[in-house]
Amino acid sequence: MTLNLLFFKITLLLYFVATVLYLIDVIARDVKTGRYGRWILIAGFVTHLVTVISRYAASGYTPVASLHESLSFFAMSIVAIFLLFDLRYRLTVLAAFVCPLALVLMIGGGAVSKKTQELNPVLDSWWFPVHVSLAFLGYAVFAIAFAAGIMYLLQERMLKSKKFLPLYYKLPSLDTLDSINYKCLTFGFPLMTMGIISGAIWANSAWGGYWRWDPKESWALITWFLYAALLHGRLTVGWRGRRAAIFAILGFFCLLFTFFGVNLLLGGEHSFSALSGR
Amino acid sequence: MDIIVVGLSHKTAAVEIRERVAFSPTAMERPLHEFVGLSAIAEGIIVSTCNRVELYATSRDPEAAVAQMRRFLTSFHGLEADALDENLYDYRGEEAIRHVFRVASSLDSMVIGEPQILGQIKTSYGYAAEYKTAGLILNRFLHKAFSVAKRVRTETSIASNAVSVSFAAVELARKIFSTLDGKTVLIIGAGEMCELAARHFVNNGVTSVMVTNRTFERAEKLATDFQGRALTFDDFPDHLAQVDIILTSTGAPTFILEKKKMEEVIRLRKNKPMLIIDIAVPRDIDPKVNDIDNIYLYDVDDLQGVVQANLKERHKEAKKAEGIIEQEIGQFHRWLTSLEVVPTIVSLRQRMEEIRKGELDKSFSNLKDLTPKQRKSIEALTSAIINKVLHTPTTVLKKSQNDEGGDNYVDAVRVLFDLAPPAPEGEIKQLDESVDPS
Repeated sequence: MTLNLLFFKITLLLYFVATVLYLIDVIARDVKTGRYGRWILIAGFVTHLVTVISRYAASGYTPVASLHESLSFFAMSIVAIFLLFDLRYRLTVLAAFVCPLALVLMIGGGAVSKKTQELNPVLDSWWFPVHVSLAFLGYAVFAIAFAAGIMYLLQERMLKSKKFLPLYYKLPSLDTLDSINYKCLTFGFPLMTMGIISGAIWANSAWGGYWRWDPKESWALITWFLYAALLHGRLTVGWRGRRAAIFAILGFFCLLFTFFGVNLLLGGEHSFSALSGR
Repeated sequence: MDIIVVGLSHKTAAVEIRERVAFSPTAMERPLHEFVGLSAIAEGIIVSTCNRVELYATSRDPEAAVAQMRRFLTSFHGLEADALDENLYDYRGEEAIRHVFRVASSLDSMVIGEPQILGQIKTSYGYAAEYKTAGLILNRFLHKAFSVAKRVRTETSIASNAVSVSFAAVELARKIFSTLDGKTVLIIGAGEMCELAARHFVNNGVTSVMVTNRTFERAEKLATDFQGRALTFDDFPDHLAQVDIILTSTGAPTFILEKKKMEEVIRLRKNKPMLIIDIAVPRDIDPKVNDIDNIYLYDVDDLQGVVQANLKERHKEAKKAEGIIEQEIGQFHRWLTSLEVVPTIVSLRQRMEEIRKGELDKSFSNLKDLTPKQRKSIEALTSAIINKVLHTPTTVLKKSQNDEGGDNYVDAVRVLFDLAPPAPEGEIKQLDESVDPS
């Protein structure tokens, strides 16, 4: 087993433990395992960094080319962004919603082919790491917004129906959840925008055209418009609360489709070579 | 020495009876002195609140103490000797410890988890300390009870959810607006409940209060109380867009705010959320208003529902609290029994013997060429020293057995020679105070 795969497995295990600890904290009445979950998650993030760096060393390109690498990188971005949010909000419940997401991506990453690619000359550009980093950090921020959106809808439903599940006591206030939604939007949107722009510049240098209506590009644009609409609605007409939460959830599904669906169903220049066999 | 509790509470006596045996907090000296003046009583504390009257005492003769304490409660208040027979309960030893721990932790309260009782017991203990009717054991005991209560409070969520309608409203607001700082409350009508709830809101950070009433003077009066602003009943709908929380309880026979109006308000507010508490019966606000996004409407029944759910939570938490208390009883009981004289002397001798043996072994291994006779005489010598040294402490301990404050010697010996089973943590300094002869 190569070094990066060993670390990948350790990371997967740590994320799994962290997820379990966070879920126990939220489900069980009085067990406070969230603190330990946080430390395990931080440890997982560190081993994840080692995974990515050692893979870079082994393959010679930024390891976001195959599906395995992309899933792993996506999960790492989510954990990184979550840990940043955690500094500010310290929300164990948020972790309980976000960690499973990262875990599922990691499990997916562990299930597909882990072979490294032959170095494609197109990938040998420093626009490549810039483009994928920006795009994935943006994705990760929107993943947090997605989690906060689900939490908002749950809490809102309980407050409206006046039927309080034990989760009610653990969830933060609607206002906090809505402000997470807004924060995510203000960070995620610029990241995503820059991701698209850097992608266009890279495309121009690699293929001699900024925009080629590749399915991935089109879907990224659709997603971008969705988040743009939400940001606009928030700033001008006072969209917030439930509507903003629903938008964040829809936006994330759209984003997931851009990430997976396009590759699996529609193909195009962005498809992972591991899948398309190129 | 045994701990004894005699008393009555809301569980055993109606208010007509409780008020007749209550002690006035301004005149505790006489009852306390009469209480500890009883022949079987060594130390005493009187706890008197509106829900309970209890006597805590230590005694070497529990039977007699219980009888004297029962008689004291009736005779002090000029009641027939058997007037309280049906209402009084008494506990000794472990049961008494459990009872006081439960009372202090608010498990025996009418509303489980209510916070006042701990303060009331602290005050009662304060009187006993002031008039010097509490000694070593009750001092330790009460401090232990306080720390148990604190543990229960921090380790369970027994007191964490509101069990009154007005607090429940504040908690709901906190689940909607993370902070109440800078929020605006509008009071419609001048119901007492609204006023109480508004006061809770103000205490929790609400800075701006508006009041409206059909009778403008009443609105003005209440507004002055809250340093807020009075609105006429015709005008108030125009100000709704600035209001985050509405508390309403008018006597109006029909709805005063309809869905259509509130939809307009929420649009003007750019969807900033609103909490509406409608305490009026018949209701003031059309229940359909709850269907509007970002408006949360609660009527009296909804709030009662919240309170009931919270009470249920508290009862669940109480079970956990009982577990904590059982743990603590064991620890305190061990300390209490350690105060017995004879076992103390035995363990003191054992400790000395251990030291003697240990030191002898060390010396003998260095002095290998001693004759058996020499060894024997050294053994005899060391034994004699131990006996001489222990002679006086043993006599004093035995003699003090029946003295007032004899426990202090036992406790001191346990501490000085490190004999004690772990004393209940908390206030070792309390021990110093009680040893102090002043």
